[in-house]
Amino acid sequence: MKFRITIERKPGLADPEGKATIRSLHDLGYTDVQHVSFGRAIVLDIDSTDETAALDEVDAMCQQLLANPVMESYRIERIG
Amino acid sequence: MTIAVVVFPGTNCEHDAVHALTLLGADAELVWHRETDLDDFSGIVLPGGFAHGDYLRTGAIARFSPVMAAVTEAADTGKPVLGICNGFQILCEAGLLPGALIANRDLAFICKPIHVRVESTNSILTSAATVGDVLRIPLNSYEGNYIAPPQDLATIETGGLVTLRYCDENGDVSDLANPNGSTNNIAGISNARGNVAAVMPHPERAAELILGSDDGRRLLEGFVAATKTSSQTNSVAAS
Repeated sequence: MKFRITIERKPGLADPEGKATIRSLHDLGYTDVQHVSFGRAIVLDIDSTDETAALDEVDAMCQQLLANPVMESYRIERIG
Repeated sequence: MTIAVVVFPGTNCEHDAVHALTLLGADAELVWHRETDLDDFSGIVLPGGFAHGDYLRTGAIARFSPVMAAVTEAADTGKPVLGICNGFQILCEAGLLPGALIANRDLAFICKPIHVRVESTNSILTSAATVGDVLRIPLNSYEGNYIAPPQDLATIETGGLVTLRYCDENGDVSDLANPNGSTNNIAGISNARGNVAAVMPHPERAAELILGSDDGRRLLEGFVAATKTSSQTNSVAAS
């Protein structure tokens, strides 16, 4: 089964990519944009038939390696 | 005793580190990241580069290299552990130092000499320096922008764990003299005990006047002295 992990910078921490992008969007006339934050997505294909166990496993992976709890939050969704 | 300079796949400043430490009279040798025993070394350097390609996040994969258990053990027993540039990022990912390093404020790779001011001498990196010293050292990084959650930042600042701050040539710390957007101009920090320290610019590239500055010596001399004290303590403990 497939899972998508979306990792985002925690609010309040510096986000240079977001800052540069919002400036450019404003220059293009999209002045109603209030905030841009950057993250990334990781898709995992897990050989499992037990969704709950697989979700727990993916959560452990996020905590150990895939996300940095100092500066990032994450959410996991099943996509296949 | 000898200083271990750890080499991960993608490390590229290991020879500079060995060269500079040798100039200062230390014995230093390269140690591959799959080594699991660092007991025979008096200190450890995690040098600059792009360990494991900097994939995922800088330092994120390196922190699980086999050598890191031994680095953590050495840090816990009080041995001097110094991270330079990528080594700083690895020590943060490993939780041996607080905070994290993200992309530079202006999203540009910075490669130029900058100035840092010594803020504290209670670390292996700054023990041979004096508070207020202004040093000219090259910065060479894309992810050099130091951030920390507010509670960690408060601990760092109130605990005197900031060792170096970016400044201008007169030692003034300001936004204008902040090359990469680091919080509070932080260029170097240590743990509370002072034996684990990290710095974003490269003191090993400023250890000879022919390279434009030998200000980095003032930092590395402290580190080398700390490794000598550490090995004396170890041999006393062993006898």
